[in-house]
Amino acid sequence: MKIVGLSGSQIGSKTRIAIDATLKVIAEKYPEVETTLMDLADYKMEFSDGRNYLDYEGDTGYVTKTLMEADAIVIGTPIFQASIPASLKNIFDLLPVNAFRDKVVSMLVTAGSAKHYMVADTQLKPILAYMKAQMVQTFVFIVEEDFYQKEIINHDVLFRLERLAEDTVVLTETFAKIREEKEAAYDF
Amino acid sequence: MEKYRINPDNGIEFGIYTLGDHLPNPATGERISVKERIHEIIEYAVLAEQAGVDFFSVGESHQEYFATQAHAVVLSAIAQATSKIKIASSSTIISTSDPVRVYENFATLDLISDGRAEIVAGRASRIGLYELLGYNLRNYEELFEEKFDLLRLINENEIVNWSGEFRAPLRDAQVLPRPVNGSMPIWRAVGGTPASAMKAGYAGVPMFMAHLGGAASQFKRTVDSYREAARAGGHNPDELPIATAGFFYAAENSQQALKELYPHINEGMKKTNGGGFPKQLFAQGVDPHNIMNIGSPQQIIEKILYQHEVFNHQRYIAQIDFGGMPMDNIKKNLELIGTEILPAIKKYTAKK
Repeated sequence: MKIVGLSGSQIGSKTRIAIDATLKVIAEKYPEVETTLMDLADYKMEFSDGRNYLDYEGDTGYVTKTLMEADAIVIGTPIFQASIPASLKNIFDLLPVNAFRDKVVSMLVTAGSAKHYMVADTQLKPILAYMKAQMVQTFVFIVEEDFYQKEIINHDVLFRLERLAEDTVVLTETFAKIREEKEAAYDF
Repeated sequence: MEKYRINPDNGIEFGIYTLGDHLPNPATGERISVKERIHEIIEYAVLAEQAGVDFFSVGESHQEYFATQAHAVVLSAIAQATSKIKIASSSTIISTSDPVRVYENFATLDLISDGRAEIVAGRASRIGLYELLGYNLRNYEELFEEKFDLLRLINENEIVNWSGEFRAPLRDAQVLPRPVNGSMPIWRAVGGTPASAMKAGYAGVPMFMAHLGGAASQFKRTVDSYREAARAGGHNPDELPIATAGFFYAAENSQQALKELYPHINEGMKKTNGGGFPKQLFAQGVDPHNIMNIGSPQQIIEKILYQHEVFNHQRYIAQIDFGGMPMDNIKKNLELIGTEILPAIKKYTAKK
């Protein structure tokens, strides 16, 4: 199983810290899972121009291909101007419409204000649903005071991230099993 | 229809197309050499002609896993090896070519084949060729529209006066040689959405509609939009042929057909498009109302006749060889087409 942790913005550190923490849980609990961290701050991404994702080169090609090869993706997003960052939306635009078919996608959100708690429900989930993701419905919402000196200090958040990691793996295994059985039943 | 060398009284035409893909056979993981693949395609056309197939076309894709980038050259070999079957491109990416050169090539092909050549012009679904051939992807739409217009202008006039944005102007230019009858059929390749079909309709150009899968009734909207646009553009839709093109596979029964075809489509699409074909969607391909023609010969006959009732199209074009399909399976399909499918669909669609 391949799980990619995607930190969806080009600036700030909190989203990456939370993604890191989630991937660490996965690596510890499920050593057989191959985890990859991709922080968009580390890559020079092109804007989508409508081409097939295989036709992008450099960092853009690496990021799109790595996401397409994943069995599950943990998306971390900050909230910018009451929405997801443009850098994350660009990732969705770069991928084909059915990119998340047969993939599990889970989410964590870091925000400067608790007033943004609905953004993932109203803005991120509809995109993932359109792209055919199987979603871990419960996401983890993290605010400024949960961090101190580049670390998550709120134990409740750490527990929730642990559950997010478990749910991501369990759901991916479950859907893989269901799919295998269903595909075998077709007998072709 | 005469202008397009089609006589509907003879019933629906049955054609075959290949994208010219060069993919491994998923059963063995092995891929024949590019030389073998090109010879295989030429042989495929010869065998199709022997089976009584009306039309054979070869596509142009400038990317990994394809062998017929120089599709006009391959078609030229086919023209020489055959004598009755119509030959065409599927499609010629006119956006990244000079329409004058394309016309010279295909007019020559028409002379070699004694009036059997046609051009299907498209825009390419993958864009690697823009960089390879030195064009800017930003002009994707404009390049196609301008060059396609010029291609049609050359077809209709031996002396051309033209100026545009992407090519040097033509002043009293004579484009030679001319096809056997002075002009030849030129089709617009359409991806299946009404928007694209309407452009073909407004211009009064025959439509070559490619499709993957789905309900035939869904594509009826595209066909209706095409004919409506043609009417709005001052053309008579009854004089404009429509061709549909998609996956085809015949075997003893539908389950066997799915078994033999699916791995080729799924693995081939993974390699060429970066995403496979879901089994669930593919399984629906055998349904009588699905546009994919997969099943027993009898089921396929019923499907094609149903599609003909829905679309009233003049030509159906089958894609059989995608994804490293072994030549033996292709031959088996051609035999079923020649002995069972073709006679039945001609019998039911020809005017007595």
